[in-house]
Amino acid sequence: MARKKRTMPGVNATSTADIAFMLLIFFLTTTSMNTDKGLARRLPPPPDPSVKQDDNLKVKERNVLQVRINKDNQLMVGSEYLDVAQLRAKAKEFIANPNDDETMPEKHVVNIPLLGGDNMVTKNHVISVTNDVGTSYQAYIDVQNELVAAYNELRNEKAKSAFGKDYVNCSEDEQKAIRDFYPQKISEAEPKKYGGK
Amino acid sequence: MGKFNRGGKKGMPELNTSSLPDLIFTMLFFFMIVTTMREVTMKVQFRAPQATELEKLEKKSLVTFIYVGQPTLELQAKMGHETRIQLNDRFADVNEVGDYIYQERENMKEEDQPFMQVSLKVDKDTKMGIVTDIKQALRQAYALNINYSAAQRN
Repeated sequence: MARKKRTMPGVNATSTADIAFMLLIFFLTTTSMNTDKGLARRLPPPPDPSVKQDDNLKVKERNVLQVRINKDNQLMVGSEYLDVAQLRAKAKEFIANPNDDETMPEKHVVNIPLLGGDNMVTKNHVISVTNDVGTSYQAYIDVQNELVAAYNELRNEKAKSAFGKDYVNCSEDEQKAIRDFYPQKISEAEPKKYGGK
Repeated sequence: MGKFNRGGKKGMPELNTSSLPDLIFTMLFFFMIVTTMREVTMKVQFRAPQATELEKLEKKSLVTFIYVGQPTLELQAKMGHETRIQLNDRFADVNEVGDYIYQERENMKEEDQPFMQVSLKVDKDTKMGIVTDIKQALRQAYALNINYSAAQRN
């Protein structure tokens, strides 16, 4: 028999795999992988109490699209009842005002160099969302989602016609130009108290 | 010198598993990097509403969460079925939201404070009344960047 040359036996490493597995499982259970997604919004700053709320500051009626949701999650847009599925088309028509309708928002000249100088933009339009205390959150999100979708579609169309690519693929400056062309103006109206609590 | 086939007639050589720990460790590090620690235990039920036009929530360190929903099934016996707000690990009232925001903002790095974001994780069956109240509280606390948490609809 040949004599053993090795004096030190190697450390038995077969259980390292098990230890590592246990660590892995621990991390899997205590962590969450879900990347959070959501609809981003910016709230208006709080009303200044020293400045009297000027109710006479009226936005021209044609510039406002009133979207109301009642407690039964029914939708009223302007003066007609609509389904959520119809809201997107309605909002798009309102924002873009393609036919220069008298009842749709007025257009102003805005200079956007990337889009060929002066453009007619409905820059004063506002979509005002009003909800009831009893509106369900899902219905509210549905409405918000459709409005954002309307903006996204319009911006995408503009990006395609102006730069020949999708909005998301445009450069920072191009996106900015398109955002100037279709500014997102969704207002969350001051909540109204209907009767006392 | 060396005697080569000393073992005689072994059928199959054993599978070398010495690199198995390394493989597992690689997986472990992968998961440690892509995941985040779950920071709170949920005391309210949160089923995300569905939407399509979602944006990703960047930079977890800038985000503060507010959970709204019915208490979980185990807590319903004690707390009832009414919709509640959860801040960190406890139930809270609407008028505590402002303080909570201030506190969270204090804990943030100073240069990050203007970019603070509040993610509202509201159960889809919640009534809007409580959400509106929270939104007003957030406005008063100047936490204006909010995010309605939602799930992707297919």
